[in-house]
Amino acid sequence: MTDIAPTGTPAKPDETARAPRRKMRLHIAVFLAPAVLIYTLFSIYPLIESLRLSLQSSVPGGEADYVGLANYAKLFFDPLWADQFLNALKNNVVMFCTIMVVQNPIGLVLAALLSLPKVRFTGTYRTLLFMPTLLSVVIIGFVWQLILSPLWGVTDGFLRAIGLAHAYKPWLGLEGSALFTLSMISVWQYVGVPMMLIYAALLSIPDELIDAARIDGLRGWAIFWKVKLPLILPTLGLVGILTYIGNFTVSFDLIYAVQGALAGPNFSTDVMGTFLFRTFFGQQTQLGDPHMGATVASVLFFIILAGVSVYLLAVQRRLQRYEM
Amino acid sequence: MSAPETSTPSAARVQPSIARARTGRIATSTAIHTVLFGYTIIALFPVVLVLLNSFKTKRAIFGDPLGLPFGKTFSAIGYLDVLHKGDFATYFTNSFVVTVVALFLIVLLGAAAAHALAEYRFPGNGFLGVYLIIGIMVPIRLGTVAILQMMVQLHLVNTLTALILVYTAQGLPVAVFILTEFMRTLSRDIKDSARIDGLSEYRIFFEVVLPLIRPVLATVAVFSMIPIWNDLWFPLILAPGEGTRTVTLGVQQFIGQYTVNWNAVLAALTLAIVPVLVLYAFFSRQLIRGITSGAVKG
Repeated sequence: MTDIAPTGTPAKPDETARAPRRKMRLHIAVFLAPAVLIYTLFSIYPLIESLRLSLQSSVPGGEADYVGLANYAKLFFDPLWADQFLNALKNNVVMFCTIMVVQNPIGLVLAALLSLPKVRFTGTYRTLLFMPTLLSVVIIGFVWQLILSPLWGVTDGFLRAIGLAHAYKPWLGLEGSALFTLSMISVWQYVGVPMMLIYAALLSIPDELIDAARIDGLRGWAIFWKVKLPLILPTLGLVGILTYIGNFTVSFDLIYAVQGALAGPNFSTDVMGTFLFRTFFGQQTQLGDPHMGATVASVLFFIILAGVSVYLLAVQRRLQRYEM
Repeated sequence: MSAPETSTPSAARVQPSIARARTGRIATSTAIHTVLFGYTIIALFPVVLVLLNSFKTKRAIFGDPLGLPFGKTFSAIGYLDVLHKGDFATYFTNSFVVTVVALFLIVLLGAAAAHALAEYRFPGNGFLGVYLIIGIMVPIRLGTVAILQMMVQLHLVNTLTALILVYTAQGLPVAVFILTEFMRTLSRDIKDSARIDGLSEYRIFFEVVLPLIRPVLATVAVFSMIPIWNDLWFPLILAPGEGTRTVTLGVQQFIGQYTVNWNAVLAALTLAIVPVLVLYAFFSRQLIRGITSGAVKG
């Protein structure tokens, strides 16, 4: 261009081309600033503050002293703390595995069925199946508590009606079954989340791909396993990591609502969330300790960080994104 | 149609195979609906059971839990108890305001940030992307003590603003994460041709990008709505006052007080459930329209 232009003016077009590009920079800040600001102030700063608190110790009412990793050492090695901590961690892992094995396959099957062509009433099914997810965990907790209660006898009566007269037990009240029962309540409530995510992913698969598979002689289930499933792997990875994070955080609400802060019976349903709550705010004879609470919170943070790192490094990198 | 096997070639064999295909299709369809319908029953039964029994006498609740509230078994005593003893209108208004305002902020600010991350190359893009994604694994509750301290200093304790700010901060990372993923799959051509047409970057975002990702926005909104509406933790800690209680906290406190009054408990649960169903009926139309319109393949 400058070759043809008359002498003396070659710099001009360059200038005008650069000027708007520099102006363009401002809108990037405008797009980002509000989100980054609110997020930094109310999410990141409190987290750093709680990491800082975990390195301190104080007597109630006194000044906070820097104690290094002493709180962590106490949590991991002092039997008073370590037993509770490991129990809560173990329960969380068991709950996560149970939910992964039960909830996500059900969600996948429901989504696969809903996304099939020519199935009628899918809109109605979808709406109804997603409904429990919208209800408050507290409400769900109370509802299931009533249903499973020996006082009401609904479950007992139902089992009797299908010929399992003596199968009923107050599952929520038994050490051996309480955690599993709570996991199933969680599955019942949240199966709509993987269902919806997977359903949306299945619908976004181009028809041409399915047609091509059909021309290649694939039918029904083969199309699902060999064409659709590989394409929705990124969504399945997302579902997995969301389950992991949810399990370590939101599980508190259900257990607190149904079993209380003491996560009964005999701490058999204690998870990191309820353990954190008791440490923070105290329980019965024990006073709340913000610094030990912050320590538990920080350990929880590192556990979640580890999970997400695995997801980002191992899973996400291998699952290739596809263009819609 | 189950004709005896004949050795006649092709023509005769075609007929039964079509018939078999048809019965096969009907059988498949029946199986699909059995699974879907069966699971729908499982999903609805507990809720329906609570709704039905909330309108019954105490005697009928225990004597015939599955029966319909009718004639002698009908009773609204639970609702009268709830109305006398709780302030549910206030709880609902609070929950509604908090949820709607926070959702609006999450979706708008989240989409703007995701757009900037997906669309522009600038120094710090990679860092900010990771920075915002870190927030997904930071359960905001881990910073509760610091949040409470901050809200005390800002004089925001027992205000809905405190909840809105915390929920916006809580919802943004997932929104940014999902939206960035989807925005990266958007075709560049549309945006570039809008640029050639002279649209400003702001108009490209509002008039080109946002309409394109509307289905994803609806999904993000519904997913972000769930933890906000359901949360017990922050209302309990940041806004436990009678005037700022959300439904979840209000019902939890109410049921904690009246455990033995089954009529009142069931009525309170129903009052907590029904508005969500109404809200859902309103939002689900958007969600489903969004998802299905997103499925219209370009």
